[in-house]
Order: sequence, then structure tokens, then C-alpha cells
Amino acid sequence: MSYIGIIITYVFISNFILTQFLGMCPFIGVSKNVESAVGMGFAVTFVMGLASLVTWAIQYYVLVPFNIVFLQTITFILVIAALVQFVEMVIQKIAPPLYKALGIYLPLITTNCAVLGIALISVRSSYNAIESFIAGISGGLGFLLAILIMSTIREKLDSEDVPKVFRNIPIAFVTAGLMAMAFMAFDKVLLKNLIG
Amino acid sequence: MIKELTKGIFKENPIFIIVLGLCPALGVSTKVINALGMGAGVIFVLLCSNILVSLLKDFIPDKVRIPSYIVIIASFVTIVEMVMQAYSPALYKNLGVFVPLIVVNCIILGRAEAFANKNSIIPSIFDALGMGIGFTLGLLLIALIRETFASGTITLFKMGSFNGIITIPGLVDSPVRIIGMAAGALLVMGYLKAFFNWYTTRK
Repeated sequence: MSYIGIIITYVFISNFILTQFLGMCPFIGVSKNVESAVGMGFAVTFVMGLASLVTWAIQYYVLVPFNIVFLQTITFILVIAALVQFVEMVIQKIAPPLYKALGIYLPLITTNCAVLGIALISVRSSYNAIESFIAGISGGLGFLLAILIMSTIREKLDSEDVPKVFRNIPIAFVTAGLMAMAFMAFDKVLLKNLIG
Repeated sequence: MIKELTKGIFKENPIFIIVLGLCPALGVSTKVINALGMGAGVIFVLLCSNILVSLLKDFIPDKVRIPSYIVIIASFVTIVEMVMQAYSPALYKNLGVFVPLIVVNCIILGRAEAFANKNSIIPSIFDALGMGIGFTLGLLLIALIRETFASGTITLFKMGSFNGIITIPGLVDSPVRIIGMAAGALLVMGYLKAFFNWYTTRK
């Protein structure tokens, strides 16, 4: 699959949130205002890109040669946890303003299914290093897109008269459902027409 | 003791009240049998990790407790993966990437951090069972609604002459396909959460 194909696939066609439900917890939890949603979105994109590259290297230089692929789940989650910790320390050291903006979201990312999800999906789709990296970044961008749209809608919803039982989380789910319906317009046929 | 068991089933239901563990709840709820398989996996991992964490809570240094919990959980998830692959390959294929993703199911890490590292083994077992059953029931409810409307069937195990699929007349011929898709899952979840909000604040 071409690189553009991968980007379109993970941003639109199989958007992590709206078609595969990966990363649902932060999507509902951190989408109350636009600012924090954007912060979370960028932090996730950054970690997903790095994580899919690093886990690709682990898979093909450690797990496969030593014939210990059954340890995949444990290794990947540990690598992701260590990576998140490492990224947090590096950003804190070299870019304090960025750390101030993303800092509080970074620890939450370890348990974001989207990160482990993209690592596993890249390996299962047998992507090469560059393809894995691009898939990671585009998966993150898809997350950013969804959470940005969602937070904008939720800010508007705050001033609307929503029935009491639907306030907050239920209406967020219903909104996400309607967004998912809109995203159903992006399908494989579209990809075929675009890049042949 | 019974309180620890029952709180997870309704009052603190992980899916509908605390709203955790959503990825698997929505991702695998297209068929009842997938929901059952997922529920069994989560109960097993939750039970084992709660037992181990409550036994080891005095030995794990506070600073590295989260990584240690993750390793404990990931080991049990690997066991589930292997057992499922060996004895029920069809289910393993259906659940796909969601089996290894049990590791990042917030419910399991959440119970280790919030309950098992403060309590002794017996309450931790009951807590794990209650939360696990609560999660499974929530998952089953979503799956029942989605499968019934989206394909007009309820898929269970094969038993003797029963082929494992209950068909619902009427819905089989004209199903509401959208409920089976991603959008439907989110809508069903939204309405169920609203129902639980109404039910718990009704008095």
C-alpha cells in the first residue's frame, strides 16, 4: 500500500476512534474543552509515531530472531510505558513550554489502547519500518481530528438545553455516534477512486 | 464481603457507572459469543492480577508499582491469549487485536491501584469477581441489543442438536444494520448510559 494510502486509511477510513473504538477513554474523558483536547491529540500523535517505530524494531530485531514472539504483548506494553516516561523526561528537559502544555496528558497515554493498538496492528499488517511510522502518525492524526471535532461540539453543547439524564457523557456518545455515521462516507471505494 | 461482590455488578458497574474499559465494550459487542469470550478473559485476568497484587503489595516499592502491575497484568493476558488460540481459534480470530488489548483495559489497572494494593487477598478476590461480572454483564447487554437489532440473531455456544444461533423472526429479514456498525455501538452506549443515569437518579 502506498504511503498516501496508509495516511488516508488511518486518518479517515479506519479512524481509530470512530470505527475501531481504540482510545475511547481519553476521547470521552478529555474532550470537554478544545485546549486540552488539542494537547492530548498532539501528545498521542507524537507517542504513537514513536511507539510504532520502536515496536517495529523490537519485533523484527529482538522477538523474531530469538523466536519469542509470544512475549509480544508484555514487551510492547513495557516498551510503550518506558517510552512515554522517556518522552516525558526529554520534553521536560529541552522544551519546558511544550511540557507545560502536554505534560499532564503524557502519563495517561500508557493506558491509551490506541498506542498499543497501532503497534499490534502494524505488526499484524506486516508493514515495513517507514510504513509503521506513517501508520502511527496518521493514527494519531485521526485521533486528533476526532477529539478536536468532538471538543468543539461539546463546548457548544454546554450552552444548549440538553435533557438532564443525557448531560455530559451520554450526549458525548450520541454525538460520537453521529460523527461515526458521517465518517462512514469514507470507505475503501473512496481510497480506490483517489489513488487507484 | 458480599458488598464487595455486588457493588461492581450494579452500583459501581465499570462500564455504565464508572465508564471504563470502553474500547473492548464497544469493539467486541457485535456478537453475544464474542462478548462472553471477552468477559471470561477479563474476569480471569482481573482475578489473577488482583490476587497477585494484593499478595505482593508489601514487596513492591511504591515508585515502581504501576510498571509492576502492568507486567503482572500483561503476563496473565499472554496466558489468556495462548489458551484462547489453542482451544478456541475462531473466537481468538473474531476478537482479534482486542485480546492483547486487555492489558490496557483501564478496569484491571484501576482495580489493582484502587483496591488490591490496599486490601488483603479475600476482599480483593470478591472485588475482582464483582467488577469482572459487572463488566461482562454490561458487555453482554450491549452485545444483546446490537446483535438482535443488527442481524436478528443471538449467537451462543454449539450444544448438541442446537446449532448455537437463536434467530428472531421479523428482524432476521429486515435488520437494522447501522446498529451493528461503529456508529450504532456509540449510539447504543449513549442511550444505555442515559438510561442508567435516569435509573440511578430517579429516587
